[in-house]
Amino acid sequence: MSVANEAMTGHGPHGAIHGDARGSAHGGTHGSRKSYFVGFLLAIALTIVPFGLVMTHASIGTPLIVAVFALAQIIVHVVYFLHVDRSAEQRWNLTALLFTAIIVCIILGGSIWIMHNLYINMMPGMMPGSMG
Amino acid sequence: MSMGPTTAHGGALALKPGYADNAADALRHLRPASETIDFELEHHPDPASIAQLGFWIYLMSDCLLFAGLFATYSVLHVRTAGGPTPQTLFDLPYVLAETVFLLVSSFTCGLATLAMGRRSRGATLGWLAVTFVLGLTFVGMEVHEFAHMVAENAGPDRSAFLSSFFTLVATHGLHVTCGLIWMAIMMVLVVKKGFTPSTESRLSCLSLFWHFLDIIWVGVFSLVYLFGVS
Repeated sequence: MSVANEAMTGHGPHGAIHGDARGSAHGGTHGSRKSYFVGFLLAIALTIVPFGLVMTHASIGTPLIVAVFALAQIIVHVVYFLHVDRSAEQRWNLTALLFTAIIVCIILGGSIWIMHNLYINMMPGMMPGSMG
Repeated sequence: MSMGPTTAHGGALALKPGYADNAADALRHLRPASETIDFELEHHPDPASIAQLGFWIYLMSDCLLFAGLFATYSVLHVRTAGGPTPQTLFDLPYVLAETVFLLVSSFTCGLATLAMGRRSRGATLGWLAVTFVLGLTFVGMEVHEFAHMVAENAGPDRSAFLSSFFTLVATHGLHVTCGLIWMAIMMVLVVKKGFTPSTESRLSCLSLFWHFLDIIWVGVFSLVYLFGVS
């Protein structure tokens, strides 16, 4: 996170003043060239590795590794491309993002959990597709 | 009739001494907090950052839409109804190429935003054009993939798995298509009007939208393609 914060242009307690001095009318949340390059390289690596893993040999643990890489890549995108950080300017963006993340976890996890329970508790004759 | 207001007034007066003390106390405690609020408000008056926050809220609600589609897919992806399965259907090198196109377009979109920060109209238009071509390639590859699947009798009507697959991936593709239309309009606006505050605000929102779609695609290729094949 600290690398990302350093890479931002004009953030932190005094950053907004700096942004105003430059006359930026867009909040100055665009980051720097460095943050885009670092983010891009990380994102490429985090894409290539799971693809390579699945294409060469898929083992039992592969889905877990893929999930970890996906989560890492999402965080990289949010930090380096969307420039969400913990500065005062970004507080509401971060709050909304965290709230959304919680809801997404509930929707995804809850659906999979409930439907899996339903699936294993279903009698064999009730399975869709068992007719044909 | 005139008794009502008088008694109410009297009641309020009777409370006044205590009320004044409480209010003074409250003000003393509140002062540091109110200073912080003033400080923040000073840096939030420009409509562009408010517009960006509003757009951000939209993106978050869009995220919930995709969460529903992702949940549907993860529940239904085993319901292949005797038809094609993810293992037989998906072509990973093709998806990897799509992914790289979208990822690079996200990067060039960022470079366009940086060029806008430098007030360089030529560079902004150039990077936007590169982003547009890359995004168009992505959509073209996706349409080609869909056409290929439908031709192989693996269309959305084949099984619950394929219905949820087409819904999820095509919703993302539609978003990208809307982003492309938006981008084309923004290029025309930059050519005609240059960098006005409203153009800049819209370009910033477009950039957020484009990066957001790339994040959704990370979920798609991981959950749909990589989980499906592994």
